[in-house]
Amino acid sequence: MKNLSTIIIWSHNKPGVFYRILWLFRRKQFNIETATVGHTEKPGITRFTITVSGDKQAVLNMTKQISKLVDVVRVEDVPDEKLIFRELAMLKVDATKRDDRLEILEIAKHFRAKVISYVPEKMVLKLTGEEDKIDAFYENMKRFKILEFVRTGRTALFK
Amino acid sequence: MKSHLKEGQKVQGAEIICECILRHGVKYIFGYPGGANIPIYDALYKFPEIHHVLVRHEQGAAHAAEGYAWATNKPAVCFATSGPGATNLVTGLADAMMDSIPMVAITGQVPSPLIGTDAFQETDVVGVTTAITKHNYLVTKAEDIAPTLYDAFYLACHGRPGPVLVDISKDAQAAYAEFHIPEKVTHQDFKVKTKATPEELEKMAALLNEAEKPLIIAGHGVLLSGDGKTLTQVAENQNIPVTLTQQALSVLPYSHPLFMGMPGMHGNVAANRGPLFADIILAVGMRFHDRVTGKVSSYAPQAKIIHIDIDPSELGKLVQPYLSVAGDAKAVLNQLLPLLKPKNNPKWLAIFAAWKKEEDEKVHQNELNAPHLKSAQVVDELSRQTEGKAIIVGDVGQNQMYSARYYHFETYNSWYNSGGAGTMGFALPAGIGAKFALPEREVWIVIGDGGIQMTLQEMATIKQENLDIKIALLNNNYLGMVRQWQELFYKGNYSEVSLKNPNFQKLSEGFGIPALKATNKNQMKEAIKKARSHKGPFLVEFVVEAEENVFPMIPAGAGIDEMVVSKEDIK
Repeated sequence: MKNLSTIIIWSHNKPGVFYRILWLFRRKQFNIETATVGHTEKPGITRFTITVSGDKQAVLNMTKQISKLVDVVRVEDVPDEKLIFRELAMLKVDATKRDDRLEILEIAKHFRAKVISYVPEKMVLKLTGEEDKIDAFYENMKRFKILEFVRTGRTALFK
Repeated sequence: MKSHLKEGQKVQGAEIICECILRHGVKYIFGYPGGANIPIYDALYKFPEIHHVLVRHEQGAAHAAEGYAWATNKPAVCFATSGPGATNLVTGLADAMMDSIPMVAITGQVPSPLIGTDAFQETDVVGVTTAITKHNYLVTKAEDIAPTLYDAFYLACHGRPGPVLVDISKDAQAAYAEFHIPEKVTHQDFKVKTKATPEELEKMAALLNEAEKPLIIAGHGVLLSGDGKTLTQVAENQNIPVTLTQQALSVLPYSHPLFMGMPGMHGNVAANRGPLFADIILAVGMRFHDRVTGKVSSYAPQAKIIHIDIDPSELGKLVQPYLSVAGDAKAVLNQLLPLLKPKNNPKWLAIFAAWKKEEDEKVHQNELNAPHLKSAQVVDELSRQTEGKAIIVGDVGQNQMYSARYYHFETYNSWYNSGGAGTMGFALPAGIGAKFALPEREVWIVIGDGGIQMTLQEMATIKQENLDIKIALLNNNYLGMVRQWQELFYKGNYSEVSLKNPNFQKLSEGFGIPALKATNKNQMKEAIKKARSHKGPFLVEFVVEAEENVFPMIPAGAGIDEMVVSKEDIK
């Protein structure tokens, strides 16, 4: 994912606001790479962290368009160096073989992933970090039988 | 301000709707009743101050509201019922969105318990209109009606204007609630920067004070910001040639010595050549539309562009300005004016005079002196007889270009048309709205034979309201603009542009509107005289040359440096 920009949007928590934002990205021919949404420290304000790839001028124009949405309070295209960002990933892996289990636990330890569910034959690991770390973790796990893998996309705070 | 209800009075939601409209100074509503908005129509009975105009199709309601808004610069209101009533508004809403027209559309929705069940005449109107409104709302409780409508009126004209739709469920219209004026409009924190900063002003003034070949391109934003006086003062102070985009024609009187015409695809020679040679361009309340710039890479190669617009998203969207100033056209120009040094640009203005002369010789004289009746002659004569003081409501296509090019507007804000969306059929209903707004003004609808058949049913509305509107129908029995493109760029393959038309005179008379037909210049002049002296609606069909072309022309995708002044210039 090259040229990734992080757009942070604060909006009133009104029905349909997510739809309006997503619709606008589609309208302006922007592909959303990731999006996370949730409540904030201010009651009634929702915060979106959206990553897109595109050149700087296009992203700037996009933020101006978003700021026109009536329910949007504020929008910023924030450079990475001003942000602390994390992503959450969960991975379910087949752990029938004992050797696999040991090796998976080794890798998990290295990446500081946690085992959050361990039923016979299946193990669920949780990992947080920047995108690169999660990419690397996934690369390492690929040789096992991955049953499910999910990642949330970037969420971010200002430094 | 007129009002009926007292603060705290308990009434049906439908009455609250009418009260909110009344309290916003709205005198006319353009609409159409149906199952899901009957309660509103029932409440209207109690509001004799509001004149409801019964259109014949909801698209007509939206365009009539646009015409009203064009004329008054205030939000206009249209009504439609749920489902097809609301979807019929869509073209008008899209048109208003493109041209920044303040409008509040109120649609009835099925009762709230039925929303989402595919009930009779149910359409997800908020979903459908999200792309073509500035904002929209679904209201399902009577107590939410007043706050929402106050929001809607505020948004429609705050900052860059636009259409706002409020979809109100039938049960909310029928339920009782206390009427309260909202203490605070919810979106008042939705701030818009209207003024320039001191740094921006300093830079603007320095650029203009040093300019040798300055050019003003003013757009619709100047009209929307209140008046063109400040713009005129700025131009006169430094003797800057002014071009007006199609949406801004009539900001400056045609006879003003600094007015250099309209830029764009069928614009004037001087207005299109200006940007090629200008060193400083002051672009105010306009958005560098593709029809204005042509190919962006060839646009204004030497110019430093100062771009002033109230909508920050327009700054740098298409053309990269040297200096971007978010702000209201009038407010910023007022700030700028005292910082400008008076200047003369005799050499630069002489170049414009030469360009004007070239266009007059190569284009205007040919058009106006042609032996057969041509659209340009009709509009030119209309302009002469009305002394440029009429309101012209233009439709879309060749007729629109002829109106824009050959009517010499002398009165401020007298040209209403569909610019961004290019909606054929706009003029007939929009003319209705314009006439209601300005009953004392002479209103002419100039429309083609294609366009008039798109909203023809509104002839009945004109008759029902007995509006003193004149209709100039330019009939070439073709969809002329498409035919022109097919002739020039598609090897003359006239694909589906020929119209076998009805007898327009009989048709008009069938609606109860007297009509005349003119096929030559003398008849044309007489017919215009007759129409003008007739009290009440009147239609004149001008049978114009079938295969006439609008020139100059910038072919689609070409740059302004590739402008074709006459047909002989086409390679």
